[in-house]
Amino acid sequence: MNTEQNNSKAIENIETKSVMLEIKDLRKSFGDNAVLNGFNLKLYEGENLVIMGKSGSGKSVMIKCLVGLLQADSGSIKIMDQEINTLNQKDLNILRTEIGFLFQGSALYDSMTVRENLEFPLRRHKSRFQNTSNMDELVTEALESVGLLHAIDLMPAELSGGMKRRIALARTLILKPKIILYDEPTSGLDPITSKEIIALMRSIQKQYKTSSLIITHDVDCARVVSERIILLVDGVNYVEGTYSELSTSTDVQVKAFFK
Amino acid sequence: MRNSSSMKSFLIEVGELALFVKRFFKEVFTKPFEFKELIRQCYAIGNRSILLVGVTGFIIGLVITLQTRPTLEEFGAESWMPSMVSLSIIREIGPVIIALTFAGRIASGIGAELGSMRVTEQIDAMEVSGTNPFKFLVVTRIVAATFMLPLLVLFGDAIALFGSYIIENIKGEVSFMLYFNKVFHVLDFSDLIPATIKTFFFGFAIALVGCFKGYNCEKGTVGVGAAANSAVVFSSMLLFIIDFIAVFVTDIFFDL
Repeated sequence: MNTEQNNSKAIENIETKSVMLEIKDLRKSFGDNAVLNGFNLKLYEGENLVIMGKSGSGKSVMIKCLVGLLQADSGSIKIMDQEINTLNQKDLNILRTEIGFLFQGSALYDSMTVRENLEFPLRRHKSRFQNTSNMDELVTEALESVGLLHAIDLMPAELSGGMKRRIALARTLILKPKIILYDEPTSGLDPITSKEIIALMRSIQKQYKTSSLIITHDVDCARVVSERIILLVDGVNYVEGTYSELSTSTDVQVKAFFK
Repeated sequence: MRNSSSMKSFLIEVGELALFVKRFFKEVFTKPFEFKELIRQCYAIGNRSILLVGVTGFIIGLVITLQTRPTLEEFGAESWMPSMVSLSIIREIGPVIIALTFAGRIASGIGAELGSMRVTEQIDAMEVSGTNPFKFLVVTRIVAATFMLPLLVLFGDAIALFGSYIIENIKGEVSFMLYFNKVFHVLDFSDLIPATIKTFFFGFAIALVGCFKGYNCEKGTVGVGAAANSAVVFSSMLLFIIDFIAVFVTDIFFDL
């Protein structure tokens, strides 16, 4: 059996699993500038789906629409069978606890220590965790999973870029989300730290059995973590496939990404 | 053409500020209440300003007394000094000058802090974690500033009167008891209450503008600087408008 057949088989296997997130015909404009022009996506349980596209192609807008940070003009976004456009604020906040979001710039709270950064989401959702384990255990577990337990009392300003990204990942994990959204997880990092973050993403996916939607234009990241890749061009799905399918494509636009 | 465009953007900003105020009043009375963060902000805002307010108040007291004394001496009216200084400090100079220094410290601080949180996506991160950032960041800061400024002004007024007493003691050998007897003899609740009430509005306006500018900050780090700067300018301007209205209303009720 050759590689392409293996990949196709892998995609078929994934498609038998339940859909965690589904986007249909998503459209979003800023004034006259149409950023998303009918984008579609399905993320299956336990899948690592990578969205690639050049800057300004609408990747970040799409991911922000997913968590309600931006309101789409039209289209449907279903997360675990809940249409987010019809949810009230309270239900949306409950749903958000099932979704982890790793921001491009880490977005750690500057005025809080690492411990307080990790405790912050826990304190907001005490009712979910009061019967399971105490806060210290959860913070320790999350920091251990990113290998930075020793940084627990440091301030974000004292951390390197890679450490910040890891702590942000730990904060994302602390609510034990079912879906993790990664917005350019390796951008601004040196190649070695990027590899560490990529390895961490894979180990987290194995350990926590999360479904991941990864926005990146880092080909190495896509190669290592992706089970499926969607190429976004001008706000619509241009092509979809596995890494090996897209990297050997003869299409000019696709080749431009993978050369 | 340019004038009409800047007028349009000014009116848009005023409209957005009105919506921001509306949202504040909607959020401030709805659960969950962020008491812990509110106490933290009260401490941060009060503690951050107390030294500045103390020094400012002390200098106001010294300077007013030093500047006014020669004129009163010419008319042989030095004995009016405590009454005159206390009335001017309690009614007007204390609240306005201390509120202006508070605006410089707090409006710019809040504008820069929230602006930086906005451009580094910390506010988005808070929202994604299921927290209402408006309630957590904006409501707590505005409420804290609204209640802290009156306390700071009372503290600053007291220090200013003490500064004035020191000059009187040095220049006129007036005793502490005599000086403050004269101060409290002339002061009435109709002086203190309207002046204190207006400081609640000052505190509200200062934090409101700081939060509004910071929360809606755009254009990266340049935007953070602009937010901090315009928060001070806009809140200082607003202070004088509120002061004018407050004096006007006080005049109606207390016949100044």
